[in-house]
Amino acid sequence: MATRKETPSTPTAPMASTSPGATLDSPVKQIQIEGLVVLKMIKHYQEEGQGSEVVQGVLLGLVVEDRLEITNCFPFPQHTEDDADFDEVQYQMEMMRSLRHVNIDHLHVGWYQSTYYGSFVSRALLDSQFSYQHAIEESVVLIYDPIKTARGSLSLKAYRLTPKLMEICKEKDFSAEGLKKALIGFEHMFEEVPIVIKNSHLINVLMWELEEKCTVADKHELLNLSSSNHLEKSLQLLMDRVDDMSQDIVKYNTYSRNLSKQQQQKHQYIQRRQQENAQRQTRGETPLPEEDVSKMFKPPQPPPRMDTLLIAGQINNYCQNVKEFTSQNLGKLFMAEALQGHNS
Amino acid sequence: IKDLTDEWMMSVYGPVVKIHPVVLASIGDSYERRNEGASRVIGTLLGTIDKHSVEVTNCFSVPHNESEDEVAVDMEFAKNMYDLHKRVSPSEVIVGWYATGFEITEHSVLIHEYYSREATNPIHLTMDTALQSGKMNIRAYVSAQMGVPGKTVGVMFTPLSVKYKYYDTERIGVDLLQRTRDAPNTTNGLTSDLCQVGGAAGRVQDMLATVLTYIEDVLSGKQMADNSVGRYLMDLVNKVPKITAEDFETMLNSNINDLLMVTYLSNLTQAQIALNEKIVVL
Repeated sequence: MATRKETPSTPTAPMASTSPGATLDSPVKQIQIEGLVVLKMIKHYQEEGQGSEVVQGVLLGLVVEDRLEITNCFPFPQHTEDDADFDEVQYQMEMMRSLRHVNIDHLHVGWYQSTYYGSFVSRALLDSQFSYQHAIEESVVLIYDPIKTARGSLSLKAYRLTPKLMEICKEKDFSAEGLKKALIGFEHMFEEVPIVIKNSHLINVLMWELEEKCTVADKHELLNLSSSNHLEKSLQLLMDRVDDMSQDIVKYNTYSRNLSKQQQQKHQYIQRRQQENAQRQTRGETPLPEEDVSKMFKPPQPPPRMDTLLIAGQINNYCQNVKEFTSQNLGKLFMAEALQGHNS
Repeated sequence: IKDLTDEWMMSVYGPVVKIHPVVLASIGDSYERRNEGASRVIGTLLGTIDKHSVEVTNCFSVPHNESEDEVAVDMEFAKNMYDLHKRVSPSEVIVGWYATGFEITEHSVLIHEYYSREATNPIHLTMDTALQSGKMNIRAYVSAQMGVPGKTVGVMFTPLSVKYKYYDTERIGVDLLQRTRDAPNTTNGLTSDLCQVGGAAGRVQDMLATVLTYIEDVLSGKQMADNSVGRYLMDLVNKVPKITAEDFETMLNSNINDLLMVTYLSNLTQAQIALNEKIVVL
């Protein structure tokens, strides 16, 4: 079972930064990424993120109307054990200051993270995206899936928190009532923003040159038929999550049972009191004082629902990924059948 | 100062330079963002040094001022940036520097001297972003002493052979970026699952079509048959595995069953969690 170390703290949100005059009523409708950013993210994971470590970094760019343009990025060093006094904020500030000298956009617009088989819905991500979105309205988190990319096509998704979830995070009210009030389902936690890749003309020229200079043989990983490895790992992760979920559900069930038992006890107690009082009245004695029932029967602590929501979101994500994967593989299998049938 | 610009003169002196596409894209980007009035940008190259090759994996631009008779490079900045970069990837070292532009000027010698203090035998990379000769001309050089020892000594930049190195995932990324070349306003969206398989199949189809036209040409006598190509073709046809129809059926069906089962399971799980949520909210 692959162990996954998640960095406990993620890039800190910046202090107040001014966004260039765009009205922030509507969130971003589209993300435009430069090719350079894509290459940098790929390189960062490739070099520093072997195994199942997540790598993170900061995105820089600007907001143009309802588009978020990401023009550059820089990686964030990983949390190693011997770097206890590493000051992240200072690193970020220094980096941004230096980049400003070379005319690179120094506006923070989000952050990126690599993921292992699609598992990124976690408390840490939520917190950090919330702090980003709170400071800058349009920030996004880019999730780069290196394993899926290695299978043949770039897997890059951009997510933002829905306004409903932002409200809840602001109130810090994660109890069941709070979530019920906001009617949040696991599907409404994140919203995905479509991504478009843009290259400047100079970079286009570079691309032409590269193609001419080095014809790297196309390996066609996309048409690879093997699926069991990927499926196994995905299913394993899914099973773990479902286990977590079922534990949560059991906890919730015990809680509701305890609650109802307590209600019953309360009723019984009140009834007995009333009976006794009635009896005493008939006997002519002073009735017993009304006691504060609620203090006697302290209601049990309702279990937090936020974790369940996150787990549900994660499970949903896994299922989506698995379905995408199977649909691709089915297509490939049918193609292989056609090829074979033609031969025989 | 002389620089050897003959294309055919491949150097046997000095290491092979392997460049990652990230570096080139970064250089292009910093050229586009240069200050007003600056005709070229320079920066530091980071990477790893091997016995016979230097692999350039990262770079950052360094602000500098250049005029007719003097050049000033912000060395503090360079050191700072290098430290910051070292925090992220401790294995990268300074391997040289780059400059955009077509020629090597006198100022380059001075800058090169500075970099020789930072790295042993630094590489100098030039990229002609102004496309003076119609191409980008990505070249790498290493400096060598020349002249009469003791008397007039000068520095000569000898060219090195430049290769491009990609990680697998980088190649896939570059493939995607290549597609922006043909799009109208140089943008390209990311496709999703089945479209990608369709796209890949389309590409294979195109390749097959090319091969078929070649074969037809040979058969009709329009082209001379090439034996090596013929051998490749035979390899290609033989690569389709010869399996009996029943075996293939069973394999195909078991695979399809696996995939369908997993799809069913994931749909079931999704329905389950949706239901769970509705119940909790009651």
